Amino acid sequence: MPTFLQEARLKRQVVQDLLFRNLTRLAAFAVLALLAAIIASLVVGSMPAIHAFGFGFLTSSVWDPVKDEYGALIPIVGTLVTSGIALLIAIPVSFGIAIFLTELSPNWLRRPLGIAVELLAGIPSIIYGMWGLFVFAPLFGDYVEPWINNHIGKMPFIGPFFSGPPMGIGMLTAGIILAIMVIPFIASVMRDVFDVVPAMLKESAYGLGSTTWEVMWNVVLPYTRIGVVGGIMLGLGRALGETMAVTFVIGNANQLNKSLFMPGNSIASALANEFNEAVGTLYTSSLIELGLILFFITFVVLSLARLLLLKMAQREGHGA
Amino acid sequence: MTAEQIISAPKVIVRDLNFYYGADRALKDINLVIPEKMVTAFIGPSGCGKSTLLRTFNRMYELYPKQRATGEILLDGENLLDKKQDLNTLRAKIGMVFQKPTPFPMSIYDNITFGVKLYERLSSHEMDDRVEWALKKAALWNEVKDKLNQSGTGLSGGQQQRLCIARAIAVKPQVLLLDEPTSALDPISTAHIEKLIDELKKDFTIVIVTHNMQQAARVSDFTAYMYLGDLIEFGDTSTVFTNPKRKETEDYITGRFG
Amino acid sequence: MSYSYLYARRRIVNMVSLSISVFTMLFGLFWLGWILWTLLDNGLPGLSLHVFTQSTPPPGSNGGLINAIVGSLMMVFVGVLIGTPIGILAGTYLAEFGQRGWLAPLTRFINDILLSAPSIVIGIFVYAVYVAKVGHFAGWGGAFALAILVIPVVLRTTENMLRLVPNSLREAAAALGAPQWKVISFVTLRAARAGILTGILLAVARISGETAPLLFTALNNQFWSSDMNKPLSNLPVVIFQFAMSPYEDWQKLAWAGALIITLSVLTLNILARVLFRQKANSQ
Repeated sequence: MPTFLQEARLKRQVVQDLLFRNLTRLAAFAVLALLAAIIASLVVGSMPAIHAFGFGFLTSSVWDPVKDEYGALIPIVGTLVTSGIALLIAIPVSFGIAIFLTELSPNWLRRPLGIAVELLAGIPSIIYGMWGLFVFAPLFGDYVEPWINNHIGKMPFIGPFFSGPPMGIGMLTAGIILAIMVIPFIASVMRDVFDVVPAMLKESAYGLGSTTWEVMWNVVLPYTRIGVVGGIMLGLGRALGETMAVTFVIGNANQLNKSLFMPGNSIASALANEFNEAVGTLYTSSLIELGLILFFITFVVLSLARLLLLKMAQREGHGA
Repeated sequence: MTAEQIISAPKVIVRDLNFYYGADRALKDINLVIPEKMVTAFIGPSGCGKSTLLRTFNRMYELYPKQRATGEILLDGENLLDKKQDLNTLRAKIGMVFQKPTPFPMSIYDNITFGVKLYERLSSHEMDDRVEWALKKAALWNEVKDKLNQSGTGLSGGQQQRLCIARAIAVKPQVLLLDEPTSALDPISTAHIEKLIDELKKDFTIVIVTHNMQQAARVSDFTAYMYLGDLIEFGDTSTVFTNPKRKETEDYITGRFG
Repeated sequence: MSYSYLYARRRIVNMVSLSISVFTMLFGLFWLGWILWTLLDNGLPGLSLHVFTQSTPPPGSNGGLINAIVGSLMMVFVGVLIGTPIGILAGTYLAEFGQRGWLAPLTRFINDILLSAPSIVIGIFVYAVYVAKVGHFAGWGGAFALAILVIPVVLRTTENMLRLVPNSLREAAAALGAPQWKVISFVTLRAARAGILTGILLAVARISGETAPLLFTALNNQFWSSDMNKPLSNLPVVIFQFAMSPYEDWQKLAWAGALIITLSVLTLNILARVLFRQKANSQ
């Protein structure tokens, strides 16, 4: 091939390589820019509310569109309480499922069961909401809540949280449905981190005569602790931002009650219900500030989750 | 009589070559001459640097950060390690076949034409001829001529490796690097490939890395024995295997070590 | 004596814990079964031919969901069309060029957060930067919001799948003298294509059921419309509004829609897994 042609081709290759590289780089930048834009637009949108209410917004339980006064306390508490309930239920259940999938399940069942768990994660949240409102809540209100009223409701200290009118919908129901929704997320992370425990470590423990439970509790769980916590945080991140399922069953009442049977509100459900109907700058701005708070909380929780899982993965890398 | 004197037509000359993985020095002052249209084998225990040496010939290490080479590798008098050397043109002149077969996820035909299309414009008729030529050279034509449009990943391991050899020679390189080309293959496929190497040296300068000493003895004209990044001994194969000058080489060859 | 007592105790603890473990597995399956059964029970009776031929009705008359189904398909399609290239390119950068520098690790971290970020916030974002600017709800807004949800899913699978491609394949292509962009686009990405397709299917499954980000962007449209510049009907929001309504015929349609959406999403999920498994086996 003549030299000048070869040089032209070389130049073209260099330019094409450079273009391709920078195109992919641009896309990676776009992801960062996207996050920056989300945060910026939320902050800008919240400005009127931040100016009007300052830090008092976080501690005020007033939510009065007529007087144009807003505070975020009730939705924040609602979000935290429902997510807390969800974790209390989901952690032990997910642990049990992960043990079953890694240690107990016969081999041929492992894959279908894994898929079933992931299908549970794949069901759209609006379906959980409908099912929760029309199927679960009535049964829960008719049969379970009266029972809780009669038994746990009479106990000292925790009694007041578990007594009240058995309406079916409310904070407790929302928490339970959130639990069902996050179980697959936590369980599959737990299963994944349990799977990376070196077989030799488990075999050594079994070799000493440990039972399956002792191996899981005393060897596998401490070994994977960081990853397990990471998985739990991931589930928490999901629960905090979950919108539709909660909106259906939480009752959407701006009130603060000791009783978990009573309706409440969460940040996401307040947004879903009110954002389109909000009139006036301050009302909309207050809702956007709610969104900003939600984004901030989930950002912190999810960052922690990722850092923990990253740490777990790095330790794995060094151990090998 | 030194190896250099035997070699009348040097194709590649390696001078004071050093190689670093980060701070680790993996090759130490290597000096070596690769003769044209002959087979040169690099042998030695694993970790001795024989694959590293081979991979400096087409600067494959530049795909990875923190790996670098100093010194000179002259191909027909041109320094390959010169930064001004265009990497892709260089690699088109030096073909390589790897330990495990690496068929691309495309048809057998496209596997062969992938490299050819990079540097040549051929009519479809010329391209058909080239594919047939390369596959015949690699002794694969009869087995695949009726299924050129099937995926290359569907072939058996030995066939895949011959496909990779065909792919490498289709661009008509001057030097062919073989990095343990039979280590993942069964004995019959290995014999196939060894016979092929003997055929190919009529047209190409071949450098082969192998951990199998019998293989080196069978296929190569010259042998380099390496240990811990040093070139211990280099000479024509029969001398190295029957009458090594260095004690270390003898120990390795006779199996007392390694 | 005490030895055997201790041993018996340990065995009982073991038995009890493992029984609980089995119970939790059944507990998880129980909800899945219950929810699916509810959907079939309530959704099948409403699933008539009308659903696929007529638009959403006013209360008290007959109708279907065709406008919502078409609207959903349009927004999901456009969302995937916008989000997939960005996700694949960014994932390629992370896997192929990301060995040095700060951009790749930071992008990976941020992407993992976006993957689980609350989708309703994405809705507010698109409302603020698009809907508020053009002054009305529009199908484009919904598609943009869905595109933002697609990116992290596709990015992550692309990166993971490219990392599974053995380095020897990259080396083999480079050894022929191929420039890097050809190595990546004709060999590496091609070798990972089944995995990446799986990621795209999972992204489609993920966004098909998303309701929250559409509430403030596409909103809803009771009538037949395929104009992306106007409010666009879509299954999730129709289900939400009809389910929350007091009209029984609307609720019936909501159940039918819920069944359609869940079956499609779960089918996509299973399809993605089967596809990926076949690929894994062939290698």
